[in-house]
Amino acid sequence: MTRPDTQSEQMQENTEVPSEKRRLVDDIRFQKRLEKRYRAEKRFRLYGLLSIGFGLLCLVLLFTDIIGKGHSAFLQTEVALDIHFDADYLQIDDINDSQQLNRANFDGLIKRSWRANFPEVKSRSDKRLLYKISSNGSGFQIKDLLIAHPEWLGTTQTLWLIADDDVDVYYKAKNKGISYQGVLSDKSLNWLNALVEENRIELSFNSTFFSAGDSREPEQAGIKGAMVGSLFTLLVTLALSFPIGVAAAIYLEEYAPNNRWTDLIEVNINNLAAVPSIIFGLLGLAIFINFFELPRSIPLVGGLVLTLMTLPTIIISSRAAIKAVPPSIREAALGIGASKMQVILHHVLPLAMPGMLTGTIIGMAQALGETAPLLMIGMVAFIVDIPGGATDPSTVLPVQIFLWADSPERAFVERTSAAIMVLLAFLIVMNTLAVLLRKRLERRW
Amino acid sequence: MESAVENSSQNTVGFPFSDDAKMSIRQCDVFYGDKQAIFDVNLDIGNNEVLAMIGPSGCGKSTFLRCLNRMNDTIDICRVEGSLKLEDTDIYSPDLDVVPLRARVGMVFQKPNPFPKSIYDNVAYGPRIHGLVSRRAELDEVVESSLQKAGLWNEVKDRLDESGTGLSGGQQQRLCIARTIAVNPEVILMDEPCSALDPIATAKIEELITNLSENYTIAIVTHSMQQAARVSNRTAYFHMGKLIEVNDTEKVFTNPTHDLTEAYITGRFG
Amino acid sequence: MDTSNLLVALCLLFAASFLVGRARSVSLAEQKGGVRNLNSLPFYHGVLMSLWCAVPSLVLTLVWLLFDDQIIEALVLADIPPSGVDVNLMMNTIENIAAGNFLGLEPEPQMLAAAERFKSLQSISQMCMSAAVLGLGTLGSLWILKSISLEFGARVKVENAFRIILLACSCLAILTTIGIVLSVVFESLRFFKAIPVQEFLFGLQWSPQTAIRPDQVGGSGAFGAVPLFAGTMLISLIAMIVAVPVGLMAAIYLSEYASARFRTYVKPMIEVLAGIPTVVYGFFAALTVAPFIRDTGTILGFSPSSESALAAGLVMGVMIIPFVSSLSDDVINAVPQSLRDGSLGLGATQSETIRQVVIPAALPGIVSGVLLAASRAIGETMIVVMAAGLAAKLTANPLESVTTVTVQIVTLLVGDQEFDSPKTLAAFALGLTLFAITLGLNFIAQRVVKKYREQYD
Repeated sequence: MTRPDTQSEQMQENTEVPSEKRRLVDDIRFQKRLEKRYRAEKRFRLYGLLSIGFGLLCLVLLFTDIIGKGHSAFLQTEVALDIHFDADYLQIDDINDSQQLNRANFDGLIKRSWRANFPEVKSRSDKRLLYKISSNGSGFQIKDLLIAHPEWLGTTQTLWLIADDDVDVYYKAKNKGISYQGVLSDKSLNWLNALVEENRIELSFNSTFFSAGDSREPEQAGIKGAMVGSLFTLLVTLALSFPIGVAAAIYLEEYAPNNRWTDLIEVNINNLAAVPSIIFGLLGLAIFINFFELPRSIPLVGGLVLTLMTLPTIIISSRAAIKAVPPSIREAALGIGASKMQVILHHVLPLAMPGMLTGTIIGMAQALGETAPLLMIGMVAFIVDIPGGATDPSTVLPVQIFLWADSPERAFVERTSAAIMVLLAFLIVMNTLAVLLRKRLERRW
Repeated sequence: MESAVENSSQNTVGFPFSDDAKMSIRQCDVFYGDKQAIFDVNLDIGNNEVLAMIGPSGCGKSTFLRCLNRMNDTIDICRVEGSLKLEDTDIYSPDLDVVPLRARVGMVFQKPNPFPKSIYDNVAYGPRIHGLVSRRAELDEVVESSLQKAGLWNEVKDRLDESGTGLSGGQQQRLCIARTIAVNPEVILMDEPCSALDPIATAKIEELITNLSENYTIAIVTHSMQQAARVSNRTAYFHMGKLIEVNDTEKVFTNPTHDLTEAYITGRFG
Repeated sequence: MDTSNLLVALCLLFAASFLVGRARSVSLAEQKGGVRNLNSLPFYHGVLMSLWCAVPSLVLTLVWLLFDDQIIEALVLADIPPSGVDVNLMMNTIENIAAGNFLGLEPEPQMLAAAERFKSLQSISQMCMSAAVLGLGTLGSLWILKSISLEFGARVKVENAFRIILLACSCLAILTTIGIVLSVVFESLRFFKAIPVQEFLFGLQWSPQTAIRPDQVGGSGAFGAVPLFAGTMLISLIAMIVAVPVGLMAAIYLSEYASARFRTYVKPMIEVLAGIPTVVYGFFAALTVAPFIRDTGTILGFSPSSESALAAGLVMGVMIIPFVSSLSDDVINAVPQSLRDGSLGLGATQSETIRQVVIPAALPGIVSGVLLAASRAIGETMIVVMAAGLAAKLTANPLESVTTVTVQIVTLLVGDQEFDSPKTLAAFALGLTLFAITLGLNFIAQRVVKKYREQYD
């Protein structure tokens, strides 16, 4: 084996080194291999970075897509119509008589106004198209306005009515400058252009979205019903899962003896945390609805099912919070002569509370986004009214999103995305709250 | 007698340098963030000698040792200044490749850390990644010879496929030594290799060190003065990050020059 | 009085018991020289009294409310001779009549009488319940009031009660599992009476129709679940192919290469992916990803379905990335630094150290994490309901539309089906299978970690 004749080689020969020793750095093969290894190193690092990039890219794509689709739903097209509140036509002499109000033909009043605005429209089919420009809920809209302003009876007012969803789609497309591909006929487009010239059509804030319940018509549909339903459901879940979860955590950390029964409880909790959510729905269906015959589709039952789902999360995080309390505090309290219950209630619990609250907020955030188990217990019904309590039939926001996602109208796609934005906003707020709480907690010891 | 502190001088006493130096360190300072841990160390490690580094806990011996194969690079806040050379290569030069350096300067750690692989794979790891052998038969030879040199072959030759973590503490440490030898280093650094072992295992490893010194340069950090006395040729005494005295081992332990050294070896502080 | 008023009355009763108990103990004590002579603080006497008032009465209320409907039904129906009409239907009619909804029909006199009886039974039950509950509560408090004395160990009793309440709350977890098992198994057994187990587990045809009327043509259904299992596996496999490499490499980069600042910002962003509700992912999959795949596929010459397994699988994979990443991150960080030092000390590069030392050391934990993620994928519902199809097809082509176990559970139950038909019971059988599979995967995951994990001191 030939070796390069360097000074170090001579030195090594002097000390009778065995022949297999060779200077690694002088070996060409070693150098080449080293280069390969460093290239592999760079590639490996790059894969890691690319993976993270992929995950973040998906996140960005998702948000951009939803916001892109949904932001326009916060504006709504309205058309201005001169409405003459003709007392004779409406047959109202006493504005406070609700029976008269209920029987008055507000829809007809609107049709009259349309005809007055476009006198050239003659044929019946044309007239029907014309009436369709305003939403078919406009009758209720002006009735409510009249009730709010009783002095309008007998006068003519220029009122902004919510436009039909087809008009809404058209006008928004026109505003953005993109081409319109929709169902409106040329006749309708002409009338709309006339309205544009008269400045009788505009975009304004879509308050209906936040004040109305579900509806078949996209322009009248809102998420208030779903939001209130979610609120009641979450309240039930919180009221049940927080105390029970904290109680269970306290028992497991402070009282539980080291026996088979305790192991069984712990195994069960860990398993339940991993069970798919739809199984909880089946449980709710079989036991709460079928066996106990509770009504379907009410926040109470939804809350019960979500409680069972959230309990493992709350128990696990509460246990961690309790474990984090230093034993020295417990010993000090016991040393003064406090009983076990007093040590827990007066010392451990207050110190562990921020951690427990963090876990609970996170659990509630998860419960807010749950859909599948609530589908099982019947919250898929089409419910128009805003629920008044935990025992009124209602739906929740994620289920509302699910139901709307099936609707083919373009305007519903917009509103579904906007509803998702609202849901995500709530979740972001809740999670930020939890993170802030955790940060504040970390400065403790 | 005057207190040791008063009589301390700033310079290293004894013979820190050597004619046939494998590694030479000049004006070495080491910082952890803003705190300085090693102050102006000037030292040579001679070829094929065993240099022991002793001193009280926290005096910086391990920190210094880890500089010699740039293991301190893994600690973000650690900064090394000065000139450290392996023969004529500056090991802290910015374009120096750390990977071959560590193949030339191997390290055995305080607590045995065999990989969770088989005994064979533990020893074969180094040669494999550096591509030192090309055929399986050559690899077998390298593994066998390394295990022999580490004095472990007879005990494990029938169970090379078993996990390295299943061995006793002393065997694990010898496995780690075999692993280090397998890449053919020139210098072996040992950071308190016996502190986690029982006396019998310790004796075996000390015997191993003496055998290895015929072919390798060894720098060993140790807490035990007796161990230093048993295995080393030269001893360096560190105190609070400064190199106080370097001399032949016999001289350091029988007739130390510096007062601090004397105070340490007579047990006035530990 | 109705239920909510009753609950308010009960609350007042509890408060009253507490105050009375506390006052009594204080007055007893002051006769004998001060509160310090009491064995337990007045607070505990009060609490004990209100506990003995609250617990029996609440339990009685719960039990009464849960079972009164069934008892009333049975009593009302007992009076009506069997007439071949379905019992549930009759009961429904009676309840409607009692509530004043005549549904435009002329009710028979029998039905009217039954409805009257129903109403009167309901009000009797309500009255009795209120009386019984309030009475029981009062009795409970009085029982304790009798025992209050200086030496009465109220505090110890309260602490015991406290412990028992805590224990009961913990046992709720077991009750839930039992509830799940019972409900799913019970209904599945009824299903398997109609459809044999082998046909369910091994049959290749899934078209769950049942005859509504006995003479309906085309009413026989096939309940072979294999296409469902295949569909679930296909979509889950696609999801894992996306999630495991991406998640693992992300975890490796974050724990081994990234600076602390990078980690603090990027790790939570990846976690956000886990916090997005699955219905949002489903929407994204159905309205954006699936059309994209369909259009791209058509351009490239394939013809993907608009509900391709690929769309659902891809989005599901993205959702699972943080699970794999987070679990792997934990186990990689748990590998002791001494192993890395040993490898770096030999002159290995960082990627060699990771690939050949760290990952093998962390492997049991990583495998366990992957199994848990797979279990999540298999049990996922909303993404597949919205983006995958309903047609049970046995195929391995990701561009086709398949259906999964969870989709079928939803489809079978979210409809107006009566509860007993084999169609709806099939959903429970599917649920049982799903539960068994996910439980099995979790069990294996835990065993893997326990068996292969090296104990690092």
